[in-house]
Amino acid sequence: MRIELEKRARVSTLFSILSPLLALALTLVFGAIMFWLLGKNPLNALYVYFVEPLLEVWSLHELAIKAAPLILIGVGLAVCYRSNNWNIGAEGQFTIGAITGSILPVLYPDWHSPMILPLMLIMGMVGGALYAGIPALLKTRFNTNEILTSLMLVYIAQLYLDWLVRGLWRDPQGYNFPQTKSFQVEAVLPEILSSGRAHWAFVFAIIAAVALWFMMRFMLKGFEVSVLGQSERAGRFAGFSARRMVWFSMLLSGALAGLAGISEVSGSIGHVQPTISPGYGFTAIIVAFLGRLNPLGIIASGLVLALTYLGGEAAQLSIGISDKVSRVFQGLLLFFVLSCDTLIHYRIRLIVAGTKPVEVKA
Amino acid sequence: MFEAILLTVITASTPLVIASLGELVTERAGVLNLGVEGMMIMGAVCAFAAAQLTGSPHLGILAGILGGAIFSLLFGFLTLTLVANQVATGLALTILGLGLSGQIGEAFVGQPGVKLPPIVIPLLSDIPFVGRVLFSQDLTFYLSIALVIGINWFLFRSRTGLKIRAIGDSHASAHALGINVIRTRYLAVMFGGACAGLAGAQLSLVYTPQWVENMSAGRGWIALALVVFASWRPWRVLAGGYLFGAVGVGQLHAQAFGVGLPSQLLSALPYAATIVVLIIISHNRRTTLINTPASLGKPFVPDR
Amino acid sequence: MTLSEGPATVPLLSVRGLTKLFGSFAACSAIDLDIAPGEIHALLGENGAGKSTLVKMLFGVLQPSAGQILWDGSPVTIASPGEARRLGIGMVFQHFSLFEALTVAENIALSLDPRISLSRISDEAASLSKAYGLPLDPKAHVADLSVGERQRIEIVRALLQNPKLIILDEPTSVLTPQEADRLFETLFKLKAEGRSVLYISHRLEEVRRICDRATVLRHGKVTGACDPKLETPASLARMMVGSDVAEVHRDGETPLGDTCIEVSDLSVPARTPFAVSLKNISMKVRAGEVLAIAGVAGNGQGELFDALSGEYPVAEDEAIRIRGKAVGHTGINGRRLLGAGFVPEERHGHAAVPAMPLSDNLLLARSQSDRKAFLSAGFAAIVRHDAIRSATRRICEAMDVRKSGEDPLAGSLSGGNLQKFIVGRELDRQPAVLVVNQPTWGVDAGAASRIRQALIDLAKAGSAVVVISQDLDEIFEIATNIAVISEGKLSKAYPAGTLSLERIGLMMGGVHESHSIPEAAHAYRA
Repeated sequence: MRIELEKRARVSTLFSILSPLLALALTLVFGAIMFWLLGKNPLNALYVYFVEPLLEVWSLHELAIKAAPLILIGVGLAVCYRSNNWNIGAEGQFTIGAITGSILPVLYPDWHSPMILPLMLIMGMVGGALYAGIPALLKTRFNTNEILTSLMLVYIAQLYLDWLVRGLWRDPQGYNFPQTKSFQVEAVLPEILSSGRAHWAFVFAIIAAVALWFMMRFMLKGFEVSVLGQSERAGRFAGFSARRMVWFSMLLSGALAGLAGISEVSGSIGHVQPTISPGYGFTAIIVAFLGRLNPLGIIASGLVLALTYLGGEAAQLSIGISDKVSRVFQGLLLFFVLSCDTLIHYRIRLIVAGTKPVEVKA
Repeated sequence: MFEAILLTVITASTPLVIASLGELVTERAGVLNLGVEGMMIMGAVCAFAAAQLTGSPHLGILAGILGGAIFSLLFGFLTLTLVANQVATGLALTILGLGLSGQIGEAFVGQPGVKLPPIVIPLLSDIPFVGRVLFSQDLTFYLSIALVIGINWFLFRSRTGLKIRAIGDSHASAHALGINVIRTRYLAVMFGGACAGLAGAQLSLVYTPQWVENMSAGRGWIALALVVFASWRPWRVLAGGYLFGAVGVGQLHAQAFGVGLPSQLLSALPYAATIVVLIIISHNRRTTLINTPASLGKPFVPDR
Repeated sequence: MTLSEGPATVPLLSVRGLTKLFGSFAACSAIDLDIAPGEIHALLGENGAGKSTLVKMLFGVLQPSAGQILWDGSPVTIASPGEARRLGIGMVFQHFSLFEALTVAENIALSLDPRISLSRISDEAASLSKAYGLPLDPKAHVADLSVGERQRIEIVRALLQNPKLIILDEPTSVLTPQEADRLFETLFKLKAEGRSVLYISHRLEEVRRICDRATVLRHGKVTGACDPKLETPASLARMMVGSDVAEVHRDGETPLGDTCIEVSDLSVPARTPFAVSLKNISMKVRAGEVLAIAGVAGNGQGELFDALSGEYPVAEDEAIRIRGKAVGHTGINGRRLLGAGFVPEERHGHAAVPAMPLSDNLLLARSQSDRKAFLSAGFAAIVRHDAIRSATRRICEAMDVRKSGEDPLAGSLSGGNLQKFIVGRELDRQPAVLVVNQPTWGVDAGAASRIRQALIDLAKAGSAVVVISQDLDEIFEIATNIAVISEGKLSKAYPAGTLSLERIGLMMGGVHESHSIPEAAHAYRA
């Protein structure tokens, strides 16, 4: 038996919509099998994992908290990937954004001004953008592969953060815990509603997603992103500069990752510590693809991936499944998304030896 | 003292060399598999688990190789059969590998491992100064050297190696001549996976004989950089691997001696070194263009 | 090898009802074809008529959906190129199946028995290439060779397997007239040895000159079989196209106006290891003039286009002037704003993005020159999709672009229709200067004549047109003046009437002015 692909005459709209859903369904099926192998009741486990967290108000707030950085980073990465710039170092830009954004509250803990929060957010964005500017500079100036450089910079950023909070920035009254003083009230990102912890990062995420959706859909800049992503040569013919696009997309995604970083530290944690992210920068890659690199789709996929974090925590508590399962889920999901995307551009035929081709799925 | 340092350099460099060599063959066939890190960590956990369960580190090595190769099939299926984007699929492989290995390895956390015993080659190991270092090593070191020589011969002297280079240069031409592009690429991807798996096995059975989550710590990515650094030539991989191994060991020794530099700065050295090396090697666009396999990363759908 | 003894012998190859379906589209339907031993058989047809699909089936690259192939009278299944070679079929591909990074010997080795050593292959290739007058250096890297030399590798590779049938797919489209003559001599030699040749072409003159019989394809079906020597080019063309192709008219002399585009002493270093550097190029095109730049592929045409279009601005601002203004440093959109339009050679991924609809591909070329019409809201630059779509409609109507649906993806159009759109996209602006690289390659005859007529009409309306082309028929059809590019150097422009085919051929081979022959030849070999 073998599989043959046949190019579709036009992109299948049906499968553009169906593909992520199909991928989700396949992930759930595989998840159920995995739970069964682990000796758990698969239906119960899936319920705990994917439904229970949606039933209570407080956990909906948690969902928004976890979705916010994923969406913020994801929409930035979507612009990057659409323009064929492979920034996979968002985790590092997130970390640096958190650090530069925290400079004010850490160094001036007694500065009580309403100005501090906006300044922190801006500094976080600038920090993230500058850090993403390093691979952009190396790519444009030295032709260096941005995948490898941006990833190496993640390790460096994490080590830098570790050094800061264990040294210079450590709270002297903190019983030797490697963390900074808690931020002053003015430096904490406020909650959106009084009903729970969800803070303004989620609003930023929605605004960013809608703005980038508008850009990609209606503005010449969005057109430029798509053209350069599909063919640098055609982009040059249009008078667009691939070099400038490297800068634009990397700085944009870096700034958004930085914003996610400072929002997380300021809104969710309240101080700086060695670990500030459960891998948001990497999970956001999955978010971007599951959302089909469409900013509105990314809002939905960000919520789905946030649910795997929450579900993982819940499942660990109530049925004793390791939270590592979440990572497996996330990896599987990305695999299925990528496989299902094939259906958008190709018909798939199964050829069983000695028989006529059987066409599977439209 | 010199001997001890050389010994640790060899141990630190071997996994880099092996994993890069595998990726080198994959890329020579025109496939960019960014999932080396994921295949490596899967190899590490499979090797450790098998060694633990059977008590035999050699079976562990075998399990590592098989684990990496089978895991790479997943990448092969997506990128070769379903023509999914190679960059994205490679990332997916890494993400899944890190998650899956954590899940599999959970039962083994904190267990003391089985170390792969050294194989002492009589007579040669008695050569003063280098004898003991070079000829009483474990299996993986000998394999790494054999792989460098073997792959160099295979790629540039054998007809199958010529086919692989041809496919990497132009898959359309190769297809027109009747070379089975997809099958050859599957084999090249699996060879890359097997090598990454072996490199992972070396980590959990030789380098630090225990299971620690994420123990590959970016080595898969460094191996990818090494392939570029080596401009797709096996001997240069060996040189580059040892350069990186030395940087890594150097920073460990510096930390042990307490050179007054923060340990985090020293730990960052291998990553920073990777960036610097990439800059140096990519700077000359001309040589990069000439050396890069022309069809690297491009999708291929044969017309039938 | 036995020679054929007349039509009574069993055909070497015969094809019965051969059909190939891609989905529901029949690229070839029920094709019948016989090739006798020792004959040169022409397969004639337009682009997209199914010639390439047919020969790919004969060479085992594609598998037929229905029908039968008989070899020496007995039915065979050709499952792979390897099997085709074992039967005795050799193939010379149109877009060569060569590997640039490998040496000549390695390229040849890939289609031979793996047990034969590389050194033996080198020796045999060397002696064979001498015997057929096809000089080759087995150790050279393909990337360093000219198109003609590359074709020789393909021919030698096919000959080394001692084939009974050699298939050549459009072999002369990349050669100078002199190189083509040399190829024909080789073919006659093969014929004399009793080998058969299947010669695929759309060039009627040469088919009439060298082929014994011809089979004509149109829309995947056989529309005629004849002795080409008894036909006229017009009758052959009718069989190929199905109707009379509109002749290109160029009545009356157009008075020439001011200089619209001028290049003076332009030199551009090679951008990549495989590119050609441009050396001291000068030219001048006036309103009402069509300057054709002839040349064999890979002699700097692409690089010249890049410099003229401003996709890669040049170091010397004064080296290029458009309507009197120095534009060497100006980018492509700046030059468009001065009234210039550009049509690159490669349709997919340069002139158009195949995965985008036509309307987006219109915006691609005109986002700045038609900023007022196509964009709104100033700095935010909101794309006015409705305005662009109606302009797309206008262009498709003007150029008779046949498409499925209102605004289909560019990649779904046939080569000819997409090219009509790409040319129409520029004509729609009435450019004062139009630079076109290979306006009709891979385009069917109907579209080609329409495009050529449009270029002539544009010049007549008072624009300056620069056409870079390899197609000498095309050049003689439309040019007022002709210059030749070779190895990055451009000859003087001569009035079209004063140049013979012979002369152009020599110039294409690198002989610019009579006194520069020795150096040029020497530089080429070095």
